[in-house]
Amino acid sequence: MRAPSLRRRLVGQLIVLSAGLAIALYVAVRLGAERASEATLDGILGAATSTIAEELRSVEGGAELDLSPGTFSMLAAMGEERIFHRIDINGLPVTGYADLPLPPRAPTALQPVFYDAEYRDADLRLVAVARSLMIENRAAPVLVIVGQTREGQRAIALGLANRAAALGLAVFLFAIPFSLLSARTLLRPIGRLAEAVGRRGGHDLRPVRHPAPAELAPLVDQLNAFIARLRQTLAQTETFIAEAAHHIRTPLATLRSEAEMALRQAGDEPTRTRLRGMIRATEESARSANQLLDHATVLFRADQKAQDRVDLGAMARALADRFRPTADLKDMEIRLSLPEERLETSGDAVLIEAALRNLIDNALKYSPADSTVEISLVDDLGYARIEVTDRGRGLGGETQAALAQRFRRGPNVGGVVGSGLGLTIVSETATAMGGRFALAEREEGGTCATLWFPRSR
Amino acid sequence: MRYALVSALALILSVAQAWGFETEAERHFGPEGAPQIRVLATTDIAFFAPVAEAFLAENPGLGIQYLQASSQSVSQAVDAEGAAFDLVISTAMDLQMKLANDGFAGALPPDIVQRLPGWARWRDRLVSIALEPVVLLIAEAALNGQPPPRSRRDLIALLRDHPETFAGRIGTYDPRISGAGYLFLTQDARMSDSIWRLAEVMGRLDARLYCCSGEVIAGLISGDLVVGYNVLGSYAAANLPEGSGVLVVPMEDFTITLQRTALIPVNAPDPEGGAALLRFILSDAGQDIQAQVTGGSVMRPESFASQPWLMPIRLDPGLLSTLDSMTRDRFLAEWTAALDQP
Amino acid sequence: MRFLLIEDNADLARSVHERLEMDGHAVDHAATLSEADDHLAVAPYDLILLDITLPDGDGRAFLQRQRARKADTPVIVLTARSAVSDRVDTLDLGADDYLTKPFDFAELEARCRAVLRRRGGTVTNLQSYADLVFDPMGGFVSVAGENRDLRNRELRLLEVLLSAPGRILSKDQLCDRLFSLSEPVSDNAIEVYIARLRKKLEGSTARIETVRGLGYRLTGG
Repeated sequence: MRAPSLRRRLVGQLIVLSAGLAIALYVAVRLGAERASEATLDGILGAATSTIAEELRSVEGGAELDLSPGTFSMLAAMGEERIFHRIDINGLPVTGYADLPLPPRAPTALQPVFYDAEYRDADLRLVAVARSLMIENRAAPVLVIVGQTREGQRAIALGLANRAAALGLAVFLFAIPFSLLSARTLLRPIGRLAEAVGRRGGHDLRPVRHPAPAELAPLVDQLNAFIARLRQTLAQTETFIAEAAHHIRTPLATLRSEAEMALRQAGDEPTRTRLRGMIRATEESARSANQLLDHATVLFRADQKAQDRVDLGAMARALADRFRPTADLKDMEIRLSLPEERLETSGDAVLIEAALRNLIDNALKYSPADSTVEISLVDDLGYARIEVTDRGRGLGGETQAALAQRFRRGPNVGGVVGSGLGLTIVSETATAMGGRFALAEREEGGTCATLWFPRSR
Repeated sequence: MRYALVSALALILSVAQAWGFETEAERHFGPEGAPQIRVLATTDIAFFAPVAEAFLAENPGLGIQYLQASSQSVSQAVDAEGAAFDLVISTAMDLQMKLANDGFAGALPPDIVQRLPGWARWRDRLVSIALEPVVLLIAEAALNGQPPPRSRRDLIALLRDHPETFAGRIGTYDPRISGAGYLFLTQDARMSDSIWRLAEVMGRLDARLYCCSGEVIAGLISGDLVVGYNVLGSYAAANLPEGSGVLVVPMEDFTITLQRTALIPVNAPDPEGGAALLRFILSDAGQDIQAQVTGGSVMRPESFASQPWLMPIRLDPGLLSTLDSMTRDRFLAEWTAALDQP
Repeated sequence: MRFLLIEDNADLARSVHERLEMDGHAVDHAATLSEADDHLAVAPYDLILLDITLPDGDGRAFLQRQRARKADTPVIVLTARSAVSDRVDTLDLGADDYLTKPFDFAELEARCRAVLRRRGGTVTNLQSYADLVFDPMGGFVSVAGENRDLRNRELRLLEVLLSAPGRILSKDQLCDRLFSLSEPVSDNAIEVYIARLRKKLEGSTARIETVRGLGYRLTGG
């Protein structure tokens, strides 16, 4: 499983953060606006009610009141609210709405009581103010109650909160492209670094010097440390292969030449047979070791993706010359057919040479004495095609795919010494160079091995 | 003539239906058996009839049952008796405001409310359907060639200087029995203290007090009266015959301007019908008809610009303060005292 | 022919040394590069057999030095290193040929001959028997002054027979010398080549006798 995308995480967190902010803004404004306006309106209501209470005057036979229309207008003005009032003297309602709800506790002269009540299908905010009035030489308690609806206030608070919510939503909506943008900006150096590393060739094991933000410095440092280790490991591998080859081959060479000497000097037949066996075994070990090491080298080098320009014609000619003495030993002929133009491919010259050498080696090995091996190079639709044909024993009915498997040898190898890795090396090289390898049995007997490499321009 | 009509209808009414409140007239518009929009109003049937007919012409298949009553009765019918009407129209802004404040008015459709300016509505409950100035009527003969008074100060001077002409020949509302009269007086008092001096002058000249605008106008027509103070302009325009020699004078210090208001009760049996009729009354066509019927005294809001003395009575709960019984008692006591001053 | 064998493995060096001497060549052996320099300073060589991995340096560096010095003695590299990567290098550095250890003596001989032929080496080791004159390096044979065109195996068969004239050589002995041990050989393969060689040498005083049940021998005169 992949770890969740950094960008998605960044964007997600930014969006969640902004959504949280938007909600918090809405709630805060809604509560704040409601509380602030409630406090303000309570102040106005209290002041208006106190004014009304103060306007109560004692007159002969009772009290007198002059309610000011202005006071009522003011109480209503905020949001066209509904107004209700009630005045009690000596505990009896004398004017206004006699059934207006009374306060939950009696107000004092100094402390009005604010309360909420439902009256005539309306939610009212009420205030009760107490004072006393001298009526007929006796102090009479007076209770003035004024109530107002707060629909306008609620509408305003809701409006404010909605506006805050809209703002929050706008912030939230803005946050989406913004967070996408900032995530991209933040992550761009990573992309650039990856690109810089990706652009390097297979052999480029220099440390990364691409400028990177401080946060990426540990990654770059680790990458460089890794590259250094890789470089060291590769060098060790190369050295190891070389050393291994040396340590295996030198004693084998000694063994073989000693055995050959012994064979030449030995007189009795049983000893000679044994020596021949020994030489064959040496031969076999040497070939196996060769091909194993070759194969290891192929695997090692194929990963490095070298891009040399390889003149295939020159290489084929050099190889043909190189194998001619070997062919002569069997009275065989190597015929070379090269085009006049130069055919080049780009890739690892060492690997291409190894593939061709293996093919020619196979052709010589499996062909009878006095036969001919033909090597031809032609241009084939943008590919350079190299064919190595022989008059050998063919494939013995085995498929190419089967023969290209490691350590797989045909059923008709007869007593020929081999490890079965040769074709594997060829096939893997062709793939690594972006080419192709085909093996076919010729109708007139023998095998035709064909390699295609992409032509470089 | 008007009285004949009213009494004839009142007779029919008293036979036809028994209401818990006092009604003045009743009339049915539209085909028999058609669904009824029930209207309760203080407006004279004669004023309403052209509007009703125009509305029914647009909405055939509907009928209107129209009941005319005094403003106090209208208020009482809705408030105390919970009578079922689809549209309630009254000139008594304070009483209409109290109905709305006390929760008897239902919410009006938003399309009606939103078209109106803030001063022409209270919340979505009460809307103004006409503006009517409250005017001074004065007989040309009483002026002796002088220009008519343009302000209360002029009027006071005129009355004070010519007691022989005006004694016993001044008519105005009796605020103790007329809701409209009380409203106009309290608004006068709110605007200016000159009303108290005017009351004193009128008291000294034995002003006569009436229940309604119509009676004051009738007095002027008959010649019993030469001055009518605080008369509804629309009634004067409609009822004063050509060449009556009575001048309609707007007071230029300030002219109280009444808003005729309409509401749909919460218990209306057909609120959509009431709203449809109200929508028609507020439409350009409805407003034109009203203007024609009242002789152009129903004003458009544009009037405020050309006649800056027009003071619309604010349609807000400030109106409720004067309805307070203690406040009312004190005000009337003061007014009576001013009027009765020796 | 004079060989300089530069090889640090004593056993292998001794074996190659003996084998070359057996074929009639003069061989000097150097176990290190400095020893090789000493030998080169005092004697001319026809061919240098050079190992790559030496205790006092890399054979390739020696090769480079040689070529820089314009010393054009042919060099055949005997490498035990990774077969793939070193070959191209060594040829590029001026080696005439290379062989990967372990090697077939027959192939070593064939390559030596090929290198010398390419370099147009002077005829030095002419062998003669009866009316045969044989140049193993140049690979030609004349019968009574008349050149005969022999193929490689026929030449080698003749060389083997010439190395012990008059002695009976068994079929097996001949096979061992003629054919690679890694290739299958039919029983009558030797008879085929003996027949071919007899035909090529027709008219010569030297003859290849069949000694029934024992083998063949070269007799002459």
